[in-house]
Amino acid sequence: MNQSVEVVGLYVRDQDEALAFYVDKLGFRVHTDVRNGDYRWLTVQHPEQPSFQLGLFRPGPPVHDAATAQALNALVAKGAMPPLVLNVADCRGAYERMRGLGVEFTQEPVERYGNVDAGFRDPSGNGWKMIQSAR
Amino acid sequence: MSDLPAAQDPELLRRLLRAKDRMDAASHEAWPVQRLAEVSGVSEAHFARSFKQAFGVPPHRYLLTRRIERATALLRDTDLPIIDIAFETGWESLGTFGRTFRDITGESPRVIRERARAAASELGRVPHCILGAAQRPDLTIAVSEKRRREEADNNAAIQPKELS
Repeated sequence: MNQSVEVVGLYVRDQDEALAFYVDKLGFRVHTDVRNGDYRWLTVQHPEQPSFQLGLFRPGPPVHDAATAQALNALVAKGAMPPLVLNVADCRGAYERMRGLGVEFTQEPVERYGNVDAGFRDPSGNGWKMIQSAR
Repeated sequence: MSDLPAAQDPELLRRLLRAKDRMDAASHEAWPVQRLAEVSGVSEAHFARSFKQAFGVPPHRYLLTRRIERATALLRDTDLPIIDIAFETGWESLGTFGRTFRDITGESPRVIRERARAAASELGRVPHCILGAAQRPDLTIAVSEKRRREEADNNAAIQPKELS
């Protein structure tokens, strides 16, 4: 078997909202959506990257106490979580399409040394860079 | 928890982040509190205090740091006259720019530019021919000699047989 990173998770403020964003606006697919009481294991996949899942997790019980959940929600909302990078073939085209769908861009496409990059946030506040590499 | 200020509502923080993002995207523009408060959907009276509690600096100071950061990059990476950099990064006069720049960095734009250039041109102090030599491929013998030796190595395995 291949050894690799299989799941990396984000904290989101609302899993339904995050699901709609990553699937309807970014074009990801649902990989796993399982509930157990209040807990919901939700992961999505990039359509061209079947070996990797992006987890969309909500801080809260039973994993976090109320104060910890509050702190995590605040960090996400302040944009303090680590950067995320999405590779695209056509940054300007993706920007136009996603902006038309209401994605909140923090930076319009800019060309730097042959690469084109733009920035956007998910509804929770997680910041993405979208990069078209010169290759 | 009681000794900490009341935690801010994540919904509010998300809207304050929007104001910060907008300043990041266009730090050269004017960002009066009224405009920032509108982006965040909060009252002018509450905006500055909420922003400072969320991000640790008042909004105006945050904007200044972004402008100085950008001005420093332009001083280092371009040949634009300092007055053009002042206007391009959002100041209305060269005097205000120079004063604020010195207040924040402790040095004048001109000094920062000269230091950045000196650092970039350290290599430039090395005479061209020497610098070229340093970057030359590591070919220490003549190509013909190198070829001859490689052939000799290839034949070496065969030679003992010829000798025996």
